[in-house]
This record gives sequence, C-alpha cells and structure tokens, in this order.
Amino acid sequence: MTLRRTPLALSLLLSLGLSATAHAAGTLHFANWSDYYPPELLKKFEADTGIKASLDAYDSNETLLAKLKAGGGSYDVVVPSDSFIEIMVADGLLQKFDKSKLPNLKNLKANFQDLRFDPDHDYSAPYLWGTTGYSYDSAKVPGGVLEESWKPFFEPPAELKGQVVALNSIEDLYIPAALYLGVDRCTEDPKEAKKIQDLLLKQKPMLAMYNSDGTIERMAAGEVVMHQQWNGAFHRAHEQRDSLVYVYPKEGVHVFIDNFAIPKDAANVEEAHVFINWMLQPENIAAASNFAKYNNAVEGSENFMDKALFDDPAINTPQDKLDRLRPFQLCSPKALNLRTKVWTKLKK
Amino acid sequence: MSTLQQRQQARQLRHRLLLSAPAMAMLGVFLLVPLGIMLLVSVLQGGDYGGVKWGEYSFEAYVSFFYERDLDDSLVFNTDYLQIFQRSLWLSVLTTAGCLLIGFPTALYLALQDEKRRNLLLFLVTVPFWTNLLVRVYAWILLLRNGGLVDSGLGLFGFDGSLGILYSDAAVIVGLLYSFLPFMVLPIYTSLEKLDWRLVEAAFDLGANRRKALQRVIVPLAMPGIVAGTLLVFIPSLGNYIIPELLGGGKSLMIGNLIQLQFGTAHNWPLGAALAFVLLALVLLAMLSYNLRFRQPAMEGHA
Repeated sequence: MTLRRTPLALSLLLSLGLSATAHAAGTLHFANWSDYYPPELLKKFEADTGIKASLDAYDSNETLLAKLKAGGGSYDVVVPSDSFIEIMVADGLLQKFDKSKLPNLKNLKANFQDLRFDPDHDYSAPYLWGTTGYSYDSAKVPGGVLEESWKPFFEPPAELKGQVVALNSIEDLYIPAALYLGVDRCTEDPKEAKKIQDLLLKQKPMLAMYNSDGTIERMAAGEVVMHQQWNGAFHRAHEQRDSLVYVYPKEGVHVFIDNFAIPKDAANVEEAHVFINWMLQPENIAAASNFAKYNNAVEGSENFMDKALFDDPAINTPQDKLDRLRPFQLCSPKALNLRTKVWTKLKK
Repeated sequence: MSTLQQRQQARQLRHRLLLSAPAMAMLGVFLLVPLGIMLLVSVLQGGDYGGVKWGEYSFEAYVSFFYERDLDDSLVFNTDYLQIFQRSLWLSVLTTAGCLLIGFPTALYLALQDEKRRNLLLFLVTVPFWTNLLVRVYAWILLLRNGGLVDSGLGLFGFDGSLGILYSDAAVIVGLLYSFLPFMVLPIYTSLEKLDWRLVEAAFDLGANRRKALQRVIVPLAMPGIVAGTLLVFIPSLGNYIIPELLGGGKSLMIGNLIQLQFGTAHNWPLGAALAFVLLALVLLAMLSYNLRFRQPAMEGHA
C-alpha cells in the first residue's frame, strides 16, 4: 500500500506545483516507422505548441498491430499503412477523429480527400505516400531504355540474368504480377492465382535475390542492374548514380499511403488531435517529406519541399501517369490465403 | 525407529523440493507456460487477419501441414511444407557435420597446448561473441559478394571471375558453420581437457598406431562432448531464421522463415504454432534417437 501511495502523492504534489504550465502543455507519445520522421520536426512541434513529445519506432505493420492488440495505451499517434487501417478499425483498435479539431483536413489534395480504406477520414489522415515500381540502370540495359511495363521486370532479357532483384514480400510481388497479367489482385479463383504463380516461378531463376533491405545501396553501387523499388528509395539511389531510371509500368503501379491514426486507448487524445492537425500544415508535412524523401498529400507543401525532390518525376508523379496509380484494396481472407500458397510454392 | 527414519526422509524430500523450487518455477514460467499457449493457439481457429478466435477449436492447422484443399474442397497430399522441413534438416545436418569436422581437430589441438597458450586460444574462440550476430552476418555478405574480399583473395592465386556463392544455400551453410562452430569446439574441448592422457600412452604401449589410438581411445572418451556439441549445433541451426534470410537471398524458406511468415503476412497464427510444434517434435525425436543410438553401446561397454 505504501508503495502505491507514494507515486500518487508525488504526482499530486507535482500537479499542484506545475498546474499552471502542465495543464496547457500535456504530452504526446508518437510512434512511427523507424527513420521515417525527422526528430527536429518534433522539437519544432514542442516549441510551437508547448506539448512535450516523444518519438518511438517500430519496424512493421505487424509489430504495430501486435503492440496495439496488447493494449496499455502507450501511444497517442501511430502511422499504420493503408493496408492495416481497415483491419485495425474492424478490430476496434483505432478511435474516431473529432474532426472539429482537425480543420487542416481541408488542406489535403483533391485525390486524397476520398480514400477507399477510410472514405471520410474518420480514423486516419495521410502522412506520406509512395509507389512500388522498379528502377534500372540505363547505362547497363540493352539499348539503354526499357519499355514502361512490368514485362522487363517479370520477363527480363537474357542478358540481365542474375542482375535483377525483387522485393521480399508477398504483397509487393503478387500485386504487380496481377496487374501485369490483368488478373484481379483479390482473386479467389485458384486458377487465376496459378497464373501468377507460374509467372513468378518463371521469373525466379532470373533473379539475384529477393530482398527488401539495402535497395538503395545495391542500385547506387551498381551491384545489380534492375531492382523493384519504392520511389523514395529510388530517389536516394538516383542522387548517387545518375544513370538510374524509375519506371511507372503502364499496367498500373501500387500506391501505398501511410496514415496518422489515434489508438483506441490513447492517453492524450486532445494532444493527438493537435499534433495531427499541426502536421497537416504545408510547411510541417514538407519537412517530413524532405527528410524521408517521400511525397505528401497536403496542398501547398510544394512551396516548402526541396526542389530536387519535388522535381523528381518518381516522387511527384507527372499528370499523364496519375491514372497508372492503383490504390490499396483489402482482399478477403480466402484471397490472401491463395497469396500465401503462391508464396510458399515459390519458395519451397 | 522407523517413524524417525520416515520423518527424516520426509524432511529430506521437503528440502530437495524447496531447493529445486526456483529451477522448477523457472521451467514452469519460461518453458511450460509459453509452450502451453502455443499448443492452445495451434488448435484454435485463426482470425481473419491474424490472431485467433478464442474458444473455437480446429485441427485445420495440423491437417494443412500435410494436405491442401483442392478446388472441390477435397484434401490433396501436399509436400510443400515437408520439402521446406527436409531442406532445413539437410542444411542443419551439413552444418553439424562441417562443425564436427573442423571443431574436433580444433578442440584436440587446444587440449594439447600448454596451459598459458591454451587459455589464450580459448579466449580467441570466444572473441566473435563480443559482436552482435547481425553485424557478423553482414560482414559475411561483404566478404562473399561479387568482387568482395573472398573473390579478390582468390584473384591473387590466379583464380579469375567470381565465386558467386552469396545468396545461395552454400552461403547459408558458411554462415551457419561460422556462427555455430564455437558451440562445437567448447564442449568437445571440455571433455578432452578432462581426458587422462596416460590412457593414450597406454594405447601406444599396447601397439596402437596414431589412428587406432584416436579411434579407440580419444574419440570414445570425447563422446559426451561430441554429443553435446552436435545437439548444440544441430538444434539451433534447424530453427535459425536470420542467417538464411540474409545470406540465402530469400529464395528458399527454412523452417524458421516459414513460421515467421505465418505469424506475419500470412496471418495464420494456428499454422505457425503448429509448425513450431512439428519442429519441436522433430528435435525431441532427434534427441531420442541420439540417446538410443549412442548412449546404449557406451553403457554396454561399461557392463
């Protein structure tokens, strides 16, 4: 009992002593993907609002899901990917925004106003977004230029055998394969899935490896010629090697959006809203873009973004290629089960 | 009199129980409880996107290890997982054999040095543990990659071109061999260190040549160390996850990667738990057969 009473007495004392400042200030526990948020920006947030903020990192959506499921209310704002928003909402892990406290939602660009996984921004607001295309070294491919299609990636010319790297996750390979073959990515038909499997099995001997880590270094060092890659990673590799080219395949390219969300059991809901609203200001979200090298969804942020970043067509998708972008789509458990089967057969 | 004896025995029993209680509690909390949870998860119905549905039981996970559902929902024998298990087993056997081949002579050499030198060498064996495993595996990537240190080293001896073994099963074996070698050397060294070398001298006196002395005296006496080392290498390499992932280039799954996949993107926790149990069963079986095969003759020898 005495043990329990001490912190209570202590906090009472503290709150009495600091009530004047503590009440206005508050704290915020923010969790994001590692290396995806500039620490200096959090300092600016503290200076602007007087809220004391801390940053924690996680390495995958699965980790975040597990942490939220375990509960405990340790985070006030998290950044799940589009693919996990619906799952988390269905599991009751996120809480509805109080939109009266998020006036800056109107700053979102038109094509981000109405997102399929959360149509009215009831639970999420976009942080940064990118595309999963592929890049190649124009100095090393036959002819110096490749067709803007998934074909050179899935069926590379014989010269490139062992010089191509694919990302090491089911989604990243299955979706482009479905787009290339014109198959529904959420197909529940095993025959359709078999077509995707055959394509991936045919591609496998041409690949050097499946690897999602170190994509920047491999392309920048010229270790391989072609690499399935996120556009932000491409931008960084391109800075070091001029001859790299990013491809938006004409069959369509997957878009991923990472989003701010407030966990159900967040302790500082008020501060969480202040933070998200603050991040939706052009100059603040632009600082995040400049740090992570990914584009954002806020109108007017271009005035604050690095010129080299904003002028890179891989980051700022050109108007004529916008219709190639394919947003995330949640598939049924049955369809996902087929994906896993294809993956297991590919790697057995 | 007898009641006194009984009382004494009871007291001794109580003491023993009390003394072993901390160890028992450790085993209970850190071994039995987690295993129990895993067992439970493996017989539950999986949630749609990860997790499990508590209270809904199903043996689907164990069924799907051997069978897959065909288009018309009939069960078809499926060798996918068995193939992955077979490859993992094979790689672990190769790793263990390699470790034994390198580890035994190393341990023998260590045991034959004078004490000062021996301590220094032993210390050197443990030096790799000072750095994180991940860092050491990344170092192997730099060594083995095309145009890396191994390639340029071979170039000095007139070998042109590249070895090209990074991102293959060979690289995985190199990585496993490297990481687990100390676990083979140290137990064998411990049993050789206790060896009474006069027995070897006696063998020579009785006309044994060097090979015979090794075969009939040293190896049998080092057997406990060899068995311990083999188990210490074989079991962790069977479930190893990070080395195949980094050095194998993600082209083929090992048991560890397969289990991780089920808890991660595949959203199939029951299957992951079931796979972990099949792995556990395999390990227990291996240990059992080891006991039957190698302990028995030794016992007979004494009798």
